[in-house]
Amino acid sequence: MLETLGNLGLGFSVALSPPILFYAFVGCLVGTLVGVLPGVGPLAGISLLLPATFGLDATRAIVMLAGIYYGAMYGGSTTSILMRIPGEAASVMTCIDGYAMARKGRGGAALAIAAVGSFVAGTVSVVGLMVLAPPLAAFALRFGPPEYVALLLLGLLVLAYMSSGSMVKSLAMAAFGLLLGMVGIDQMSGYFRFAYGVVELGDGLGVVPVAVGLFGVAEILATAGQPAPPSVIKPKLRELLPSRQEWRESAAPIGRGTVLGFLIGILPGSAHIISSFVSYAVEKRLSKHPEQFGQGAVAGVAGPESANNSATSGAMVPMLALGVPSGPIPAVMLAALMVHGVSPGPLLIQQQPALFWGFIASMYVGNVMLLILNLPLVGLFVNILRVPYPYLYPAILVFSILGVYAVNGSVVDVWIMVIMGVLGWLLRKLDFETAPIVLGVVLAPMIELSLRQSLAMSDGHYGIFVQRPISAVLLAVGLTLVLLNLYSFARRRSDWRTRIALAEKGEESP
Amino acid sequence: MSGVALALLAVAVLEECWRLRLPLGTLANPGPAYMPALLAAALLVSGVLIVALGRDAATLGAAGWAEWRHTAAILGACAFVAFALERLGYRLTMALACAFLLSVVERKGLVPTVLFAAGMAAGTHYLFDTVLRVQLPRGLFGF
Repeated sequence: MLETLGNLGLGFSVALSPPILFYAFVGCLVGTLVGVLPGVGPLAGISLLLPATFGLDATRAIVMLAGIYYGAMYGGSTTSILMRIPGEAASVMTCIDGYAMARKGRGGAALAIAAVGSFVAGTVSVVGLMVLAPPLAAFALRFGPPEYVALLLLGLLVLAYMSSGSMVKSLAMAAFGLLLGMVGIDQMSGYFRFAYGVVELGDGLGVVPVAVGLFGVAEILATAGQPAPPSVIKPKLRELLPSRQEWRESAAPIGRGTVLGFLIGILPGSAHIISSFVSYAVEKRLSKHPEQFGQGAVAGVAGPESANNSATSGAMVPMLALGVPSGPIPAVMLAALMVHGVSPGPLLIQQQPALFWGFIASMYVGNVMLLILNLPLVGLFVNILRVPYPYLYPAILVFSILGVYAVNGSVVDVWIMVIMGVLGWLLRKLDFETAPIVLGVVLAPMIELSLRQSLAMSDGHYGIFVQRPISAVLLAVGLTLVLLNLYSFARRRSDWRTRIALAEKGEESP
Repeated sequence: MSGVALALLAVAVLEECWRLRLPLGTLANPGPAYMPALLAAALLVSGVLIVALGRDAATLGAAGWAEWRHTAAILGACAFVAFALERLGYRLTMALACAFLLSVVERKGLVPTVLFAAGMAAGTHYLFDTVLRVQLPRGLFGF
């Protein structure tokens, strides 16, 4: 404990230095904007800003990118509450009761509860990250190639299982993502695979053009032709204070959302999205007045908003401790760290204590900044929503192209982004999840290399994956998930994932 | 429909592995075609399962394609940018793409179109190229 506090002291000495404070502020500000703007999720925001971090050192870069991530979670609630448009996917559930509160004249209170819930969840979950990451990293030092194969496979299976809708479709997308990750030079034999003479494809498909295409461009393609957005409700500053009754009603959901969000965040998948859906369902189940949900229940805002913020810290645990991203956003952050010559993984905490603890401390500082940004300045952010979409989307498109081009200075990446944009748009139409594709692209080289190393270690015997206890347990968990899904299918029951998929389409509340 | 597309993609991958003569290797010693072939097989199985399980699913037309004109125009603008970026330079390409989107797709007036297109191209160039030192292409005309 004393050692942790000492390390945290080191972290605060880094995080409170003026340059780090500045980059944390820029990250939080941009993140809030990203969250407020419909169509630009945290993934697209981080991908767009990635090239701008190339000139920074690793600590400043990761602090800024993390600021964008949790800033987007804060900002996403604003449009949900005031316009019934989720700024990003994790705020879908906040739309229901947040907007209902706004229509009753309690929009300011809903914003304040969302901001305070996000602050509490963000701060408490960083404690979880601080406590959990170092022992997990120490444990991960026992991992060899077979354990990594099992862990990465488990990650993809959990992602497919946690995705809303069909697991078969999600697994198909994971396989497709892994196939895309096979493009380029084979690391073991040097053969060119699926490069079609394009030299730039030798290094494989970059995660940034794939992610920006599948999420950013696809969103623009889907929304640009839609009718004009609804009008914005603009609360006054004095309306921001919730009543005593509202504070009382939000306390327990904030606590539950924080714990739930953190635990779900650690698991692979689009944790920030799933956690908000699960939290909403839990609050509705536990409520003495479930009939109020959908009519402006405070718990329906406090729980999901706390959960999605807490999940962002949870998602950092496997990324920092194991070097394994649990979803597309940590995957892009992992790529950012690797660009700066830092390899996240079990040795990161030992070898780069200033970076790791500085990052942790900056998350505390960032949460305070976000509380300040999101309450008094909410009117300012709301004004951005008044920019008509015909002007907004070309601007977002310019930033998308700019961000993708700047990574490698290559138009091939812009073409990849365009192709992925069309693909993402089509896949959304056909009810396919696109997050497994991004994760597949990132994990493919790791899985393939670890598999071949494992077989080299065992003289070609696949038994190595079940003879080693850690790998056997991980594979057993993965198999259990597949069986659970088969069981649910065989009984023709609509489980929680189906209900989430229906809720996303607005056909049923979970 | 989507299941058939996935199955066809899987077949195309397998055919491509064969055309490139990538060694498959053995189970004990996988070659460069091993993982792609394995994944293509998984994709093929998924495609067949989606076809088999999705007989009652909504038709392709039910997905709603009302925005296709906008989508095609935006894609056209993106393709133009990818083609022209290193030929015409960043500022000219972006200005032309923004002008197309605003005037042709969104039917905005000349003044707002010119102001937006020129401002966006020059502003983002200043921010990224000058301030953040991300080198952007200059093109034939030197800008």
